[in-house]
Amino acid sequence: MLAYALKRLGLALLVALAVSAASFVLLRISGDVALAIAGEGARAEDVDLVRRTYGLDRPLIVQYGEWLARTLTGDFGQSLYFKTSVAGLIGDKIGATVILAFASLTLALAVALPLGVLSALFPNTWIDRLSLTIAVLGQALPNFFFALALVMVFSVKLRWLPVSGSDTWAHFVLPAISLGLYITPPFMRLIRAGMIEALASDYVRTARAKGLSPLSVVVKHAMRNALAPVVALAGVQFGFLLGGSIVIETIFALDGLGYLAYESITHKDFPVTQAVLMILSVVYVLLTLATDLVNAWLDPRLRTG
Amino acid sequence: MRALSWIATCGATLALAASAPALAQKGANSARFGYDQVAENIDPFFNNVRIGVIIGQHVWDTLIYRDPTTNEYKGQLATSWKWTDPTTLDLELRQGVKFHNGEAFDADDVVYTLNFVAKAENKVVTQSNVNWIASAEKLDTFKVRVKLKAPFPAAVEYLSGPVVIHPNEYYAKVGPAGMNAAPVGTGPYKVVEHALGKSVRLQRNPDYFKDSPKPQPKLERVDIRFIPDRQTQMAEMLAGGLDFIMNVAPDQAAQLKTVPHLEVKAGETMRIVFLNLNSLPDSPLPALRDIRVRQAIAHAIDRKTMVKELVGEGARVLNAMCYPSQFGCSDEKAKPLDYDPAKAKKLLAEAGYPNGFEVDLFAYRERPQSEAMINYLRAAGITANLRFMQYAAMRDQVRANKAAMAHQTWGSFSVNDTSASTPVYFGGGPDDINKDPEVIALLKTGDTSVDPAARKKAYADALGLISERAMGVPLYALVTYYVNAKGLDYRAYADELPRFWEMSWK
Repeated sequence: MLAYALKRLGLALLVALAVSAASFVLLRISGDVALAIAGEGARAEDVDLVRRTYGLDRPLIVQYGEWLARTLTGDFGQSLYFKTSVAGLIGDKIGATVILAFASLTLALAVALPLGVLSALFPNTWIDRLSLTIAVLGQALPNFFFALALVMVFSVKLRWLPVSGSDTWAHFVLPAISLGLYITPPFMRLIRAGMIEALASDYVRTARAKGLSPLSVVVKHAMRNALAPVVALAGVQFGFLLGGSIVIETIFALDGLGYLAYESITHKDFPVTQAVLMILSVVYVLLTLATDLVNAWLDPRLRTG
Repeated sequence: MRALSWIATCGATLALAASAPALAQKGANSARFGYDQVAENIDPFFNNVRIGVIIGQHVWDTLIYRDPTTNEYKGQLATSWKWTDPTTLDLELRQGVKFHNGEAFDADDVVYTLNFVAKAENKVVTQSNVNWIASAEKLDTFKVRVKLKAPFPAAVEYLSGPVVIHPNEYYAKVGPAGMNAAPVGTGPYKVVEHALGKSVRLQRNPDYFKDSPKPQPKLERVDIRFIPDRQTQMAEMLAGGLDFIMNVAPDQAAQLKTVPHLEVKAGETMRIVFLNLNSLPDSPLPALRDIRVRQAIAHAIDRKTMVKELVGEGARVLNAMCYPSQFGCSDEKAKPLDYDPAKAKKLLAEAGYPNGFEVDLFAYRERPQSEAMINYLRAAGITANLRFMQYAAMRDQVRANKAAMAHQTWGSFSVNDTSASTPVYFGGGPDDINKDPEVIALLKTGDTSVDPAARKKAYADALGLISERAMGVPLYALVTYYVNAKGLDYRAYADELPRFWEMSWK
C-alpha cells in the first residue's frame, strides 16, 4: 500500500508541476502583460518602464523558475493590478468559494440521493423519468442561463432573494442551486446504477430471505454498498466546484476565488491568475489522490494494477 | 451572450408586472451604483479606469475646476492662476479648506503632490497626465509655482481633471497603497469603507468647503458595488437592488425604458470613433498609399445611417478627428465625407482596383458597428475580414504596423483639449499609422503654443489636412445610456462622470 501511495503521490506532484508550467507559458503567450498593465494611451516608453519594473523583459524560463521557487515557499508575489499580496487576496476570497462549493455539493447530494435510490427501487416509473428529466436538464442547461433564469424568477419577479453579492446566507442560495443542479446528474445516475446492481445482488436477496424489513434492506445493505463510489465522486466534484464557479461567481458578483480569477484574467493580472490556477489544480490533484488512495484501501485489487 | 440579452429582455417584461420598488434609498437619502470594472487602487494617480476617475472626483478636489456645462475654468483649491511665462504657472490657493482627516490644506500639499507624481520612478499609471510637470515650489503658505518641462497650454485642463491634490503629511506617511486602503481627500465625499474588488462606500463630507464650484452634496451616502456582469446589473435594477447603472447597451436600454420604476437617459460621450487607415510607406495594404482608395473607403460608409441605427440617441456624425467641445477641435477645414457608393467604386476603379481588394479590419469594441462598416465596404467591392480582439492585442498589432485598417475609439481621458485626442493618432507617436510630417508639425504647434489663437489655427489646419488626405474616416462620438431608479435626479455629461454630489431624490 505504501509503495502504491508513494507512486500515486509522485504522479500527483508531476501533474501539478506540468499544470503550473503549461499555465505559466499559456498565460504569458496570451498577450503582452506590460502593455496590459500600462493601459490605454500608454506611450512606448511607459510600456518599457513597466516591462523593466516587473522583470517581464527576462527569458520566460527564468521568470518561471523564479515564480516556482517563490511559490514553493508560499509566496505568490504581488498582484500587478491590485498592488497587494496575492496570498492575502486569495485568503480574503477563498472562504466564499468554499461555502459555495459545500452548499452546492450538499444540495446536489440532497436531491440526487433520494431520487437516485427511488429510481432504482421503481425503475421505468414516473419517478425514474422525473429523475432522468432532472439529469438531462442539469447536463444540458448552460449554468449561466439557468442562473439568470433563477434571478429573474426569484429576485426580480418574486423578490425573495438578492440578485448579487455575498454578504449574507441568502446571497448564496441562487448560486448554490445553479451550481448544484449542474453536478446533480452524475450523482443521480451513479446512485441509481449502484442501487440497481446492489438490489440484484446475492447479499440483498439473502437479507430479504432473512425477513428483514424492506427499509433495512435498502438502507443498511444496498445503499451502503452503492454509496462507496459516490463518496469518491464527491471528492472530485468538490475540486471541480472550486474551479468551476468562475461563471457563477461572476454572474452573482459573489466575492470569491472564481470572481477573483475572472477579474485577474480581465486585467491580465498574471500572478493572481497563476496562483488561483495553481491552488485549484493542487486541490484537484490532492482530492483525486485522496480518492485513489481510499479506493485502493477499500479494494486491494487496485494496488496491484 | 445573445441568450443573456434575451433573458434580460424577458426580465424587463417580468418586471412590468412586479410591484413598485422599495423606496428605502430615498428615505435613507442614499444611492447604490453598480459598475462593471474594479479600480485597482482608489488613489487617482494609480488607476486608469473610469470608475477610478468617478471615485477620484468625489473624494478629492483639483486646483482648477472646469464647469462641465460651460467649459469655463473656475477656481477650486486654487482661487486664481496666472502664466508668468510659457513654462511657469503661479497659483493662489484657497484658505480654510480641510482634508477628511482634519489636515489643513496649504501650499505644502500641492508642492508635495505635484513633485511626487512628476517623478517617473513613482510610477503614476497614466504618465501623460503628469509628465509635463517639471516641479512645484512653495512661494508662500497659500501660493505655489508650477514649472513645466516645455510649453504646455493644456496644463490648466489637466489641473482641472486628473491631477488631484493629496494631503502631504498623510501621503508621505502611507503612500499610494495606504491611500488606497484609507483614502483621504478634500472632496464632497469621504470613503468610509473599501472592500477591495467588491465595493466602496462614500459618505457625505459635512465639512465640504462652501466656496467649492462643486455644489454641496445632497445624498448622504453612495454605495458603489462592482458587478462585472451587465445582465446582473440590469437584474439588480429591475429588482430594486441598485439605483444607478451606466454604459447600458442601446437595445437593453430600449427594453428598460418600458419598466415603470426605471428611467433611461442617453448622453453623448467624449469617446470619438473613427476608422484609421494605414498609409505608411510599408503599409500592410499598399493600396492604401493611394489617396483615391482611402477616399473610396470614406465614401463607402454611410455614417448618418450608422448614427441613427447603431449608435443611439443624441449621437451625431463627426467630421474632424476630435471631440467638438475640446479646445482647438474644429471642422471648419475638414470636409464632410458624403456617403456615395457609386463614387467609391469609381475611385477604386481609377486607382486600379475595379474588383476591390481584401483587407483585415482590426477592432476591439462596438462590434456591430465594425460589422456594419464591413457590409458597407463589401457593397463597394472591398472584402474586409473582421479581426476582433482585446484592446491591448489590437494596439500591439497597430504598433507593429500589422494593421491596415483599425476601428479605433478614444475617450481622451475626458480631457477637454485637442492635445489629448488628435495627436495620439496623428502626432507621429506609436499609434500614428500615417506619420504625415505636415500634420505632425501642425499638431506640435497646437500642443505647445501659448497663444490660444495660434493653437486653434494649427489644430484646424492639421484637422483639415487629415480630412483632405483621407488619413482616416471620422465617424461619431459614442453615446452612453444611463439607467436610474425613478426619482433619482441627475444630469448626464459628455465626460461620462456621474456627479453624485449633484444628485438628489425627487
